[in-house]
Amino acid sequence: MNGLDELLDYDEVMATHDVVIGLEVHVELDTKSKMWCGCSTDFGAAPNSHTCPVCLGLPGSLPVVNRTAVESAIRIGLSLGCQIAEWCRFARKNYFYPDMTKNYQISQYDEPLCFDGEVVIVVDGQPQVIPIERVHMEEDAGKTSHVGGAGRIQGADYSLLDYNRAGVPLMEIVTKPVLGTGTKAPEVAREYMAFLRELMRALGVSQARMERGNMRCDANVSLMPKGSDELGTRTETKNINSLKSVEAALRYEICRQGAVLKRGGRVVQETRMWHEEGYTTAGRSKETAEDYRYFPEPDLVPVAPSREWVAQLRATLPEPPAERRIRLQAEWGFTDLEMRDVNGNEGAIDLIEQTVSAGAAAASARKWWLTELARRANEAGIGLDEVGISPAQVAALQSLVDDGTLTDNLARQVIDGVLAGEGEPADVVAARGLAVVSDEGALAQAVDAAIAANPAIAQKVRDGKVQAAGALIGAVMKAMKGRADAARVRELVLEKLS
Amino acid sequence: MALTVQDVARLADLARIELSEEELARLAPQLDVILTAVASVADVAGQDVPPTSHPVRLENVYRIDETRPSWPAEAMLAGAPAVEDDHFRVPRILDEEA
Ligand SMILES: [Zn+2]
Repeated sequence: MNGLDELLDYDEVMATHDVVIGLEVHVELDTKSKMWCGCSTDFGAAPNSHTCPVCLGLPGSLPVVNRTAVESAIRIGLSLGCQIAEWCRFARKNYFYPDMTKNYQISQYDEPLCFDGEVVIVVDGQPQVIPIERVHMEEDAGKTSHVGGAGRIQGADYSLLDYNRAGVPLMEIVTKPVLGTGTKAPEVAREYMAFLRELMRALGVSQARMERGNMRCDANVSLMPKGSDELGTRTETKNINSLKSVEAALRYEICRQGAVLKRGGRVVQETRMWHEEGYTTAGRSKETAEDYRYFPEPDLVPVAPSREWVAQLRATLPEPPAERRIRLQAEWGFTDLEMRDVNGNEGAIDLIEQTVSAGAAAASARKWWLTELARRANEAGIGLDEVGISPAQVAALQSLVDDGTLTDNLARQVIDGVLAGEGEPADVVAARGLAVVSDEGALAQAVDAAIAANPAIAQKVRDGKVQAAGALIGAVMKAMKGRADAARVRELVLEKLS
Repeated sequence: MALTVQDVARLADLARIELSEEELARLAPQLDVILTAVASVADVAGQDVPPTSHPVRLENVYRIDETRPSWPAEAMLAGAPAVEDDHFRVPRILDEEA
């Protein structure tokens, strides 16, 4: 059951087969209210406290479409190069599972709002075309927790349902079969997810946090013998909840299917579940599209976006993220290596840009966000934007360094203060008495004291061993509790011992 | 296209409703009568009548994206057959993917 599948070596599969992938990505929108009712979409509320007769599907209640959700869907579609339907309807997807109280999900079927798009992403420096089949609107389901049986469905005694998420606007973005990925299908899938995440944030339509389930991916994969143009049987892997998992799950499926084909078997068309431990298992979903018995949703009227509205929305599209990265790298004068570091840290590009607009030099902004603050974010297991210091505060901190009020070391203590809620950087400097002592008299005194306390070292410096001065500078810095400019202390020490 | 016992068995399975052989045998013809009655609409609708999903011609009815107070959880849970820790409690779900 768990990870006992026979796997073929990845390179061996690549030598004999081409990989075709297809990705279905679900994105929860950041609207204030749900898709069909005014219930809040806020994350983490008390169970079932964001519910009403509409999102619980009680008899007599009627859904009404959230206009902002339609706008967001159109903007997503336009960003993916899609056509926008002139007229389309919602559809009922019938299924019986307790995560939907209505016994159907309102979705779209053969009339998606957006269709026939294409994007080009860059994977290891090579362009890769991702053809887009459709973007359609639907609603999220409630959250199920299984009680007993170690929290798994099998063997559970019963299940508990929280419907706060039921009815949250959900976009489904579906690719056509993605061809020409060479040996890099898993990397392409991962890059595409990263691309979508960045796009959603740039559009301001979703935080697209995979760890919170804001963005989820189902991945189809099939193998095609080299030289053939007949698509192989595909499997669909569900439950993929991180960028890393997208890549790992596809690699696993490729190696598993490779092994099946090598021993002359046939790949079974099925749904497989990804497990974070690194393997997939066969799911037992029995429904086929026909079983969902889709039909036009009678409770919602058709959506017919006027061409004027679509044009207006097109005018609101942000600069494409990839182009923005190239522009900012040039503006900031970062090397490719530095920029890769920026791109590798989620949210860093926005935070650095905001810090620069608040007056800091790009290099300083990068330094704070990618070293000190990134370290704190990693330690706390949170996002860079959740560390608790704003770009404006980082810019203020850097200006205190620039004007000599703080050394980098003191600035780190100021960060401690800001994160502890002690106010703005200047307040922390004042309250904690962290400013660099620029009083030359006090510095000179501390230098004299250090020389007097370490006569042997002082003599070495006098004899020309300049590197011995480090110990004296250290002693002064310690006596000053770090509140001195080390470069100035060095000058004073050498002056006195010359 | 008469509704077969197999069709009803499949629907019952999808709907998680357990039906005995006798029930299937009794219900299939009854449901077939209903379907046939509804299908008779097709006899009157000629080629000039387009398929109609919505009786009233309306398009683009939207809500502004504003929150409105939800109902108290107690009120929403009041109609549930079983409740635990402010959650709806349902029987275990069998034969589904984990
Ligand atoms: Zn609601």
